[in-house]
Amino acid sequence: MNMEIYLQLTQFYQEYAANVDAAEWDSWIEMFTEDCTYRIQARENHERNLPMAALSLEGKGMLKDRIYGITETIFHDPYMQNHVVSAPRIKSLTPELIDCEANYAVFRTKNDGIAQVFNVGRYIDRIRNTPDGLKIESRICVFDNDMILNSLIYPI
Amino acid sequence: MSNETHIPMRPVWDQPDTSRIPFKVYTDEQTHQKELEKLFYQNHWCYVGLEAEIPEHGDFKRTVIGERSVIMVRGADGEINVVENVCAHRGMRFCRKKHGNAKEFVCPYHQWNYDLKGNLQGVPFRRGVKQDGQVKGGMPKDFKPADHGLTQLRVAQRGGVVFATFDQEAESFEDFVGPEMLHYFDRMFNGRKLKLLGYNKQRIPGNWKLMMENIKDPYHPGLLHTWFVTFGLWRADNRSELKMDKHHRHAAMISTRGEGGKNAQTTGVSSFKEEMKLHDPRFLDVEVEPWWNGPTAVMMTLFPSVILQQQVNSVSTRHIQPNGHDSFDFVWTHFGYEDDTEEMTERRLRQANLFGPAGFVSADDGEVIEFSQEGFEQKPFHRSLAELGGREIGDTDHMVSETLIRGMYEYWRKQMED
Repeated sequence: MNMEIYLQLTQFYQEYAANVDAAEWDSWIEMFTEDCTYRIQARENHERNLPMAALSLEGKGMLKDRIYGITETIFHDPYMQNHVVSAPRIKSLTPELIDCEANYAVFRTKNDGIAQVFNVGRYIDRIRNTPDGLKIESRICVFDNDMILNSLIYPI
Repeated sequence: MSNETHIPMRPVWDQPDTSRIPFKVYTDEQTHQKELEKLFYQNHWCYVGLEAEIPEHGDFKRTVIGERSVIMVRGADGEINVVENVCAHRGMRFCRKKHGNAKEFVCPYHQWNYDLKGNLQGVPFRRGVKQDGQVKGGMPKDFKPADHGLTQLRVAQRGGVVFATFDQEAESFEDFVGPEMLHYFDRMFNGRKLKLLGYNKQRIPGNWKLMMENIKDPYHPGLLHTWFVTFGLWRADNRSELKMDKHHRHAAMISTRGEGGKNAQTTGVSSFKEEMKLHDPRFLDVEVEPWWNGPTAVMMTLFPSVILQQQVNSVSTRHIQPNGHDSFDFVWTHFGYEDDTEEMTERRLRQANLFGPAGFVSADDGEVIEFSQEGFEQKPFHRSLAELGGREIGDTDHMVSETLIRGMYEYWRKQMED
């Protein structure tokens, strides 16, 4: 394995976490390819090959619509996110494409609250090496929680 | 009542009608226990699942009725049984898998085993052990396995949906639903086989009745659900009707999307966003289906356990699973029909982004329920107001009414106060 690409990928995962934690939504969108897939799916559905997901977005347009919903239309209790993302595991690697996974834990803190374990799971990713740097072609966040704690607003 | 800060022991209704709902109905644990008994375990048919979830002989799904764990299983004869997940011996909740396939149920504690109808088949050491030519221990001679099965529920199936009741005396499922609601039930479940698409589950920290009320409240969608209004799915000129069964416990909110032009009336609150367009219109790529027979959305509440959703092409059941007076799990089962094209399945899945715990629209509902519960808990001597459209109860041909909520509480009082 090429150490440089591994370090690049590790940095990329941490940048992703920093973007979602800081609610930098424009930067979040720019981490994806135009025809990307982004999905947040319960492990139960994933393992039983059931297609339903809590959120299932295809293409940057849908990502933008989601951000519009988050920032303009959805009524919800404000909260902060804190992502802890493990070192990535590369499953296959070509000069153009990386298949990889990483575990994540997301802590949620509300205005009057203390941090709660909100969502724990695994990113299953396909990441493309483009002239503009690494971009997510597909990210499926498969979460272990049986229940979402009321509602899930922000991207994981 | 506004100056009264004495916290009553029980819900106190300060009107003969149900246009003022005491907060205590949402905050009192004793009331909650009584609801479980009177509304979930007696006299009512509760939702357990879809036939499509257990297609093969021996397939089972673990679920709940009220707060009692039950197993829906397809027996060796192909029939669907529902049994309580509590061993007849020492009371253990023996089934731990959420779903699977079984030839029999075995409680691991002492290996008591049951057939898929819940009949006790065998008990280890029933006849004791032989030691020094003598039989020692074992069950008494008069022990009859037939008396010690799992609790077996009555089961009703209609259109691929499975309901069950602990109450052997309850009226038939069809009588329970009533002809008014059966009409809309059969519209959605018209005999075509269902295709399971999967689940969404959320834990909502609020009283379970608030979710019933949410789907009996056509006042809020155009006001709370800004997304609906912004992208034109909700309009004040939509044709709509509110209908109930004769007991006013079940209800349907039926609406047909208006075709009105740009000047059609909207709520005003959100009109500044009228020019908004989706970057990806596929979220609302609606295709009219023949079975709709007109309405583009029918939201049904079958009291107390389930909501049946048709919102354009998105169809689901939403199962209410209380856990205590101040929390419930809300389980969405999305499905399609066996004759759906691949495009239709994708359409249903895409539109599902509007619903569930992360939905553009439904996320709002879970949040307001949580904050309503907070308000009730801090002011348990107070009451809420449900007077929109008057104080009486009856079907309407518009959505500017809280009549369905008043109807549900009229029924609730009859059940709870006798």
